[in-house]
Amino acid sequence: MQAVLDLIPLDIGLILANFDRFMWGVWMTLNLTFLALLCGGLLAIPMAIARASRHPVLNPMVWGYTYVFRGTPLLVQTFLIYFGLGQFEAVRESWLWDPILSSAWWCAFIAFTLNTAAYSTELLRGAIIDTPKGEVEAAVATGHSYAARMRRIILPSAFRRAIPAYSNEVIFMLHGSVVASTITLQDILGVGRWLNGRYYLAYEGFITAALLYFLIVLAITRLFRWLERNYLGHLAPRDSEAPASPQ
Amino acid sequence: MAEESALKVQDLHKSFGAHKVIRGVSMEAQKGDVIAILGASGSGKSTFLRCINLLETPNSGDVYLAGEKIRMKKNRHGETVPEDIRQVERMRSRLAMVFQGFNLWTHMTVLENVLEGPVHVQKTPKAEAREKAAALLAKVGLSDRADYYPAHLSGGQQQRVAIARALAMDPDVMLFDEPTSALDPELVGEVLGVMRDLADEARTMLVVTHEMGFARDVSSKTVFLHQGEVCEEGAPSKLFSNPDTEQFRAFLSRMN
Ligand SMILES: Nc1ncnc2c1ncn2[C@@H]1O[C@H](COP(=O)(O)OP(=O)(O)OP(=O)(O)O)[C@@H](O)[C@H]1O
Ligand SMILES: [Mg+2]
Repeated sequence: MQAVLDLIPLDIGLILANFDRFMWGVWMTLNLTFLALLCGGLLAIPMAIARASRHPVLNPMVWGYTYVFRGTPLLVQTFLIYFGLGQFEAVRESWLWDPILSSAWWCAFIAFTLNTAAYSTELLRGAIIDTPKGEVEAAVATGHSYAARMRRIILPSAFRRAIPAYSNEVIFMLHGSVVASTITLQDILGVGRWLNGRYYLAYEGFITAALLYFLIVLAITRLFRWLERNYLGHLAPRDSEAPASPQ
Repeated sequence: MAEESALKVQDLHKSFGAHKVIRGVSMEAQKGDVIAILGASGSGKSTFLRCINLLETPNSGDVYLAGEKIRMKKNRHGETVPEDIRQVERMRSRLAMVFQGFNLWTHMTVLENVLEGPVHVQKTPKAEAREKAAALLAKVGLSDRADYYPAHLSGGQQQRVAIARALAMDPDVMLFDEPTSALDPELVGEVLGVMRDLADEARTMLVVTHEMGFARDVSSKTVFLHQGEVCEEGAPSKLFSNPDTEQFRAFLSRMN
């Protein structure tokens, strides 16, 4: 065993000695990413409905928001919230400052949430708009109200069709979450940088971080493959599979 | 008091832009009537049917369902719009429609498709709705397909599910828009068979169709639309053996 370890030009011992720090980093990355995805996803639902509607005020308002947040880098958005808002006296004196806007975690969380909400809104809007016209008409003809159509037919169908594209958004957000390490947070990359700096290492910290991100992406990919199997079976061509029973 | 007709349409007009598609069509169906609506492609058959349940908003004309008028008003742009969308939704739930392209909800199983209207529009208790759905699926011969998704069924099976879905609402009137036109020829018979059964049960039906045999043998009245107007109407025995108008005669000879 030792002979094998000696062949690897990495200080494995040092990495293992700091294993618990990396696990805290994983926890930081995961809670930031997935809480932002959850809140951003929930915000995206009403905004996507507005964007798919012909509402003369809400539609352009939401469009402006998604345009700005998709048109600028996540790093810049995070900096603006973390460094920028503190420049305003009014912000520093408001109830939002302590404990929210003065905290790096909250600033990263807000930036990530607003960013993923913008992407998810447009993604879900596309899926809503692509709902087969005939299925919507069938609901109209059955007597469904607009709200019932949305809730029973359009959204359930759109969510399912959005699954493959949304898996990219989740991975994108995970990778984007490294931005947290630039505002002092000890996420996976933050711990890697700390390790390199502390022991004057070239790449032990980064390699470990890369491996951890890779493993998380692997898990996400598997999760989405499972979701697609369970929730997109209804679109699979005939006879390709035994008919799925209702989820 | 005389019994109200199940469905009455009075002087319906509909244009798309400058194109007048329906030019003053009236029609009345008594309970149990099967009215076959014939006409060349583009004559306005689908548009007429879709105006009845307001999938298209007619420019003028009245629709009465069991004596109740669907109330319309003019909006500030001078367009005709429903006065009360709740009333329209209630009327639609009593006017089931079967589409040429089936239009089943693809993310729901066959059973869920049939349950959707009763449970979520009519608020029927679930157990009761399930019992009825099972009976309806048996009636259209698809009991063994209850847990399938629509994409895993043949066209004929999908259309029979669509008919079961329509029946589940206990509709006063059923609207069929070319229910067999999207089917392979060998699948047409199974759907027409179900529709014949419905006619025998004295369901009130308006059927747009290119199936001359069905119109001749099953309908109680046949209406021939030509360029958005009723060109000829009457008992099918009379119409098919001795048409009055040149247009209908020409249409019949093209169909045969
Ligand atoms: N939404 C629409 N916008 C513009 N024109 C339309 C629309 N729907 C129908 N039309 C036009 O109205 C006319 C009648 O169409 P409709 O679909 O009612 O005919 P149809 O008798 O059902 O024909 P087919 O047998 O081909 O189904 C056609 O000229 C069609 O192009
Ligand atoms: Mg048509």
